[in-house]
Amino acid sequence: MDTIVQLSYFLAAVLFILGLKAMSSPKTARKGVIWAGVGMVLATLVTFFHESVTGVANYILIIIAIAAAGAGAWYSAKKVPMTGMPQMVALYNGMGGGAAAAIAAVEISHALHSGGGAIKAKVEQLLANNPDMSEKAAVAAAKADIEVGGTVGSYLGTDVGILAVLGALIGTVAFTGSLVAWAKLDGRMQRNSLMPMQQYANVLVFALAIIFGILTFFTTSPVVVVLFFALGLLFGLFMAVPIGGADMPVVISLFNALTGLAVGFEGYALGNPAMIIAGTVVGSAGTLLTQLMAKAMNRSLANVLFAGFGQGAAEQEAGPGGEMKEIQPEDAAIMCTYASQVIIVPGYGMAVAQAQHKMWEFVQILQDKGVTVKFAIHPVAGRMPGHMNVLLAEAGVPYDMIFDMEDINAEFEQTDVTIVIGANDVVNPAARTDESSPIYGMPILDVDKSENVIVVKRGRGAGFSGVENKLFFADNARLLFGDGQKVATSLVSNAKEL
Amino acid sequence: MEIEGFIALYIFMLAGFTGFEVISRVPVILHTPLMSGSNFVHGIVIVGAMVALGSAQTTVEQIIGFIAVLLGAGNAVGGYVVTERMLEMFKSKDEK
Repeated sequence: MDTIVQLSYFLAAVLFILGLKAMSSPKTARKGVIWAGVGMVLATLVTFFHESVTGVANYILIIIAIAAAGAGAWYSAKKVPMTGMPQMVALYNGMGGGAAAAIAAVEISHALHSGGGAIKAKVEQLLANNPDMSEKAAVAAAKADIEVGGTVGSYLGTDVGILAVLGALIGTVAFTGSLVAWAKLDGRMQRNSLMPMQQYANVLVFALAIIFGILTFFTTSPVVVVLFFALGLLFGLFMAVPIGGADMPVVISLFNALTGLAVGFEGYALGNPAMIIAGTVVGSAGTLLTQLMAKAMNRSLANVLFAGFGQGAAEQEAGPGGEMKEIQPEDAAIMCTYASQVIIVPGYGMAVAQAQHKMWEFVQILQDKGVTVKFAIHPVAGRMPGHMNVLLAEAGVPYDMIFDMEDINAEFEQTDVTIVIGANDVVNPAARTDESSPIYGMPILDVDKSENVIVVKRGRGAGFSGVENKLFFADNARLLFGDGQKVATSLVSNAKEL
Repeated sequence: MEIEGFIALYIFMLAGFTGFEVISRVPVILHTPLMSGSNFVHGIVIVGAMVALGSAQTTVEQIIGFIAVLLGAGNAVGGYVVTERMLEMFKSKDEK
């Protein structure tokens, strides 16, 4: 039986790697997730026959837990709108981190029991053999005999002990950190600090967590272990809270990589190769993905983690001079229908307003009238790289009309009208020119170079990152105020009449 | 299964390089689905959670193990559904 179990784990590991590989190309991506899914089901099923899984009560508990959590996760994942995907990824990722930490807790608990038990047995044996020995001396002798004295480290072994504790630390941090990321993206949490001197508190909590992690390795006391886990959970919370919403995608990706690592470590503690391989592959792939995302936003990872984005922006002086010039939907529709090339720059705001379907309808009308229309996607449009492509694909926009920043930036100069809908920071020319701006150096879409720019905006406020946008005050820019969907609807009806 | 120290080190190293290699040439449009997909893959933690609960000896261990399985199952199932829904969008026209 054990051979079949191990063989299945091996197959699962192969399927995970092949699945991830397939997921990195649009043509095979859907097959990839199915392969990985088959691997997961296989690994889960054979684990019921794992030699360590014993006890009828435990079997029942396992089935209840899988059924309950599986149903809940299935329902929530099916129900969430496409715009809400990033926070769901954060939520499920946090659960994985929490699970890894809980596994470590069980392992350490085993160690505390058995380690303590071993000493007790030795003491009894010594007392029986040497009747005149005092109990204190017997305990000391027993502890000396069982190497470090029945500690977590000595029971688990040095390698397993270290990795189990490390996995616990990473898992707890990923757990609370991901929950904060979820809360922030879901709009349930706005605050950027929990206390004054947050940065110092973070360093202190981190240092304490490390110290208690080391202590956990050498302890026989459950109190130390509980404190260690509490500190890990606290650090995850403290670490994620100061990070601004705009940086969250990078942070989620980082936590994703961390959870992978924690899973790999706990896999070693349990002697489970499928967990080691899947966890480590995700750990390294996630690290690379995190770097790619940070690069797309022109921010270093250190910058994301240790400098609050919002703070710098809040200190900025009042908005640039000049006036915003409004335009009405009728005029905007006329401008577009008589243009020869129109580029649409969608942002998260469009998706939130559910305007992508109407925009696509508008685009089709323009195409019927002989206008060339293209969609320009900034690498971080939406909430994560690639998120906007998913949202547009949902509306039915074929992907040969969607262009990446590098491919389309040169075209803005030959474009008559650019419509910016729900995007802000990714078209802010301050990123090119203003060194004091917090987004300075971020690559942007050069929409200001096109003949006319129409900016669809809900209100006059600053964008997601809190930075004022000079584009709105430019001579060739017109603002079309209103809810994205209503604006798109009236663009459609106006264009139809022309 | 016993995995001796150095063998494990080699496994970690090779798996690490595999992760890098698998993802190194991924187009930007797939960043989000891929992150979601890798999030699903570390849902394998559910296997460890099952072993942890299955080997629980005390009530406290059973409770912690139960939580581990709950969280692990949430990770695996939620991760799969979300990834599947995202990739659903990449259907080419003739498939519909």
